[in-house]
Amino acid sequence: MGRKPVSPSHPGEPPHHTKADRRDAYEPALVQRLLEGKEYGPRRTGKPMNRRAFYNEMYGADGDVRSHYAPYARWLDEQTVEHLQQKQREADTLYTRLGITFAVYGDETGVERAIPFDIIPRIMQPGAWKKINDGACQRLRALNAFLKDIYHGQDIIRAGVIPAEQVLGNKIYRPEMRGFDVPGDVYVHVAGVDVVQTGAEEFYVLEDNLRTPSGVSYMLENRRMMMRLFPELFSRMPVAPVDHYTDRLLDNLRSVAPAGVMNPTVVVLTPGSYNSAYFEHAYLALQMGVELVEGQDLFVADNTAYMRTTRGPQRVDVIYRRVDDEFLDPLAFRPDSILGVPGLFAAYRAGRVTLANAIGTGVADDKSTYAYVPEMIRFYLGEEPILQNVPTWQLRKAEDREHVLAHLPELVVKEVQGSGGYGMLVGPAASRNEIEAFRGRIRHNPDNYIAQPTLALSTCPTFFATGIAGRHVDLRPYVLTGKTVSVVPGALTRVALREGSLVVNSSQGGGTKDTWVLEE
Amino acid sequence: MLSRAANNLYWMSRHIERAENTARVLDVTYRMSLLPYRTPDQSWADPWAVPLVINGLATSYYERFTGALTSERVLRFMALDPTNPSSIYSCIQSARENARTVRGAITSEMYEDINGLWLEIKDRSHESVVARGISEFFDWVKMRSHQFRGVTFGTMLRDEAYQFIRLGTFMERADNTARILDVKYHTLLPSVADVGGAVDYYQWGALLRSVSAFDSYRKVYRDAITPMRVAELLILREDVPRSLHACTKEIYEILRGLCDASSREPERLAGELNAQLRYGRTEQVFTAGLHEYLMGVLDRLSALSDEIDRHFLVPVYSQQQAQSAAAVR
Repeated sequence: MGRKPVSPSHPGEPPHHTKADRRDAYEPALVQRLLEGKEYGPRRTGKPMNRRAFYNEMYGADGDVRSHYAPYARWLDEQTVEHLQQKQREADTLYTRLGITFAVYGDETGVERAIPFDIIPRIMQPGAWKKINDGACQRLRALNAFLKDIYHGQDIIRAGVIPAEQVLGNKIYRPEMRGFDVPGDVYVHVAGVDVVQTGAEEFYVLEDNLRTPSGVSYMLENRRMMMRLFPELFSRMPVAPVDHYTDRLLDNLRSVAPAGVMNPTVVVLTPGSYNSAYFEHAYLALQMGVELVEGQDLFVADNTAYMRTTRGPQRVDVIYRRVDDEFLDPLAFRPDSILGVPGLFAAYRAGRVTLANAIGTGVADDKSTYAYVPEMIRFYLGEEPILQNVPTWQLRKAEDREHVLAHLPELVVKEVQGSGGYGMLVGPAASRNEIEAFRGRIRHNPDNYIAQPTLALSTCPTFFATGIAGRHVDLRPYVLTGKTVSVVPGALTRVALREGSLVVNSSQGGGTKDTWVLEE
Repeated sequence: MLSRAANNLYWMSRHIERAENTARVLDVTYRMSLLPYRTPDQSWADPWAVPLVINGLATSYYERFTGALTSERVLRFMALDPTNPSSIYSCIQSARENARTVRGAITSEMYEDINGLWLEIKDRSHESVVARGISEFFDWVKMRSHQFRGVTFGTMLRDEAYQFIRLGTFMERADNTARILDVKYHTLLPSVADVGGAVDYYQWGALLRSVSAFDSYRKVYRDAITPMRVAELLILREDVPRSLHACTKEIYEILRGLCDASSREPERLAGELNAQLRYGRTEQVFTAGLHEYLMGVLDRLSALSDEIDRHFLVPVYSQQQAQSAAAVR
């Protein structure tokens, strides 16, 4: 193979992150192999596949390494295959041993599985990141304003920007929240905005996750893993740190405590150890230094929430809850819920305890409400959206439905309430039978679906035992809202490990990568 | 700390200790069963009934198996049977589940150790255990239990969580020592003539070995094994680490640290039980009858366990308590 052996990192070498690096950066042999899709294998002839169809984040169409990847590409070329394979194995072992796992619904074989982690980072330039940062914060400012509005004066409906039935007729609109002022007017304390890239600075928002978005523990753990595996890379490249995420989350949660509470007690509420994101709930509680509680650990007396401790009852002021609305309080919502706390909603409405996120945020991240977010930004903020929406057909509308049914093989169809990659159709990847089955479901209940064009998701080089190959990725930055709206400079990058697949969800064969935002 | 977390930690260590003690009882039973003496018509005299009786599992055993009691079935049932909640397998599974639920409260070394233990036992089959020798399996369980205690001792912050882990260990150990001693009551000797005979000697000797106290006995008494002295050693002596006195002393001291003005009752009960053992005399034990005496200790342990639950682990609060908690702020 003629690769050089691993060389030690170059002490004293300045970090390469300027445009000037581009010229001397690259020895094109590796590039050529990468573009052929199979690295280290026999060289193929002919044109590389998908070269024009998808935006490759590391390589330009001419095969040159993009400037922000240059120091990484140079480092990569110094590594032997064996070294990288050993690092990948080390990562896999560590993740399994540390028990960084997720549960897969419908999988009978075991409770947990380690999430696949890819050792090649996804690198973002400061400019591209700024656009995502500003765009995501802008969306959250508008979405919080929207939630306040629809539970109060409903100006946006009266102005005719969004139809009343879209909001008030929505099953997950919570009339119980009407007229209630949440602390600091913050409804969505933590949001995960899913973004895909299709060109150098072309981004689309796929959805806003405003209920109990998960995955941030992978963002944090992936960084720790990369620093452990490849410390030398961090001295070569100015990667923005993300560790302060949990500090900022805790500050924000404390800032929305009920009025008059001086030193608020914050807890994380989990459905329990069989929940798919339990690892994350435990992780966040540990990182923030607060208790991880289940519904059974809490009780409400005199509209005040307490946790049962070995020293007696202790008042709880802010609950970062990772339990869905309808399970939170059997007295207010589903009476059969054993995950919740009887009386919690009353205590919340009495302003004696704060829930984060607020109840009733789902109506704003519903996939059919999503289409109106650009209008919300214009309506509440008087600004133009920084990030674009994906054009969306609403199947409850007859003309949209006709178009979609006629073009199913080209489109992606999603359930309005769906998440986690369950219950969706990816037209170009589906068989004729799957498409016909889906057609039946749409006809049966059209209101339940939206459709979008299949996007040309960007690809990132991804490490496999057989070599390095491009795989499609998406990006989930986490937007924190307290007294201010902010995003730590990093995100969860999910990668579809199956060749050609556009579905990045971990439940559907997706993995994760560390995301490096370069500092200017 | 959260009551539920304390409860998980307490049961994590109780289950590990229980797995170890079950291995000890099965090991001593196995040794006893190798002795030449057997009576075919007395099933209660069969040493293989002992592990079932002292764990209260005779009924569920007979629901599971019909026909004669056999060593092979008892071993199957008590070692790796996932349907028996008291099997070594189930104890380790429960211990690991408890640890997993509160992994933030224990060190990562502890979690890795207990998770590794679970992964290893999950891969064992009854056949592989028998093929490698059943005693090797029991030794392995004992050593892994020692190891987990060692990792705990060597890595954990001396906080409340640590105290609940130790409380679980000693509550379970006291309970087991009392039950193991009571074995002698269940392994009836066929006639008075056998008392003090070779069989009796082997049985007491095996019992001492099962609680790792055979060598201690020799060191302390330098004399023949007698029931009075075995009872003294395992009930009343403070310096034998598995004796009832030693266990209750630890329990009392842990509870003195954990109890506050609102929870004096667990401390009082533990102190009372510890005083009984500390100032008790061997004659009292045998005047009362060994079995009756041990039953008395088990009852007190059980009452103490209820108080620990009520005050720390699964508390039920009155409205008044909640209000006073609110007033404190």
